[in-house]
Amino acid sequence: MKEKGWKEIPIGGLILEPGNAEKYLTGSWRTFRPVVNKEKCTSCLLCWIYCPDDSIIVEDEQMKGFRYEHCKGCGICKNVCPFKAIEMVEESKYQQIEK
Amino acid sequence: MPSLKELSHKKELLSRGHRLCPGCGAPIIVRQVLLAADKPVIVACPTGCLEVGTTIYPYTAWKMPWIHCAFENAAATLSGVETAYRALKKQGKIKDDIRFIAFGGDGGTYDIGLQSLSGALERGHRMLYVCYDNEAYMNTGIQRSSASPLGAHTTTTPPGKAIPAGKTESRKNLTEIVAAHNIPYVAQASPGYHMDLMKKVQKALSVDGPSFINVFSPCPRGWRYPAEKTIEIAKLAVLTGFWPLYEVENGKYRITYKPRKKRPLREFLEAQGRFKHLLAEENKPIVERMEKEIESREKELMIRAGEGEK
Repeated sequence: MKEKGWKEIPIGGLILEPGNAEKYLTGSWRTFRPVVNKEKCTSCLLCWIYCPDDSIIVEDEQMKGFRYEHCKGCGICKNVCPFKAIEMVEESKYQQIEK
Repeated sequence: MPSLKELSHKKELLSRGHRLCPGCGAPIIVRQVLLAADKPVIVACPTGCLEVGTTIYPYTAWKMPWIHCAFENAAATLSGVETAYRALKKQGKIKDDIRFIAFGGDGGTYDIGLQSLSGALERGHRMLYVCYDNEAYMNTGIQRSSASPLGAHTTTTPPGKAIPAGKTESRKNLTEIVAAHNIPYVAQASPGYHMDLMKKVQKALSVDGPSFINVFSPCPRGWRYPAEKTIEIAKLAVLTGFWPLYEVENGKYRITYKPRKKRPLREFLEAQGRFKHLLAEENKPIVERMEKEIESREKELMIRAGEGEK
């Protein structure tokens, strides 16, 4: 985001766009990446309700994966999953597999 | 209370991209509270991790009208907003039914904001105050607060040669202090029991008057445990009796969750680095004192809920 000059900043330093923190990508904080095994996943959505960063993608009541641009890699989803469907993979290793 | 699948259709009111630590308990609590709210809400935050982490200029993670206030006056600020809303509604300038929620940390609630909270409760504003209790001043670097439990390591109560126990004083029981204001709804909750927490939020928002929920909020940085264990610890606190789940509705006590089998307090202590020193032989009396306090509080609660013997 470009820095604003004093004439452009709203009076009182108000932020006029609700929820614009979404533009700030916290995914770069991550050292371990959650990876889901869809065969084990039953979409109980416990990972979704316990995610501090709202980074679980849920479509039509189904767990569809992670928002990697915001996921900080805390691993809560792995820990609360009753079916052990989520695994934390080291980011560097994952990128090697990708290549 | 709708199921998780039904809730997943609701619009998320706290956006991602906020800058709280990975594994922080506070955004989990905020998400659960806001998912439970059926009406449009206005939120106020006093200074604290949550406020600082979610509103770094020029970004905000809140998708509703949100007001910043100083450390000591979230309750006072929000009661002003609520009064303005009532006045405008009377004049017919606002038609919507709006609810008011304040999210304060333990520093802004137990310590610095206590008098303004007490005042707002006494004046009877229709608002919900949620305290996310992470048991120290985490935002400034883990200094003790009156919510820090006995024996906890903080940077201002470090266990050492002279005082091997860490914090030597017991914590304040804020839920009881708030309950003593005789307001319509007071509860204690934990994010590890999300349905219980969300039910309490719905009850709190439905009463015509002030309500208060004290929520246990594990902090990976301050409590020295790996970030993935936040929910595990939130559950352990309940299972060991360290953080009982109960509510006080119009003066009537009810224990909302009773662990089938109580776990030993030691499990809760072992899971966190801030209690590591308590496992030493010399600190046995402190652990015993903690156990006794938990036991006596439990008995007291049972009596108040009409389940124990006098």
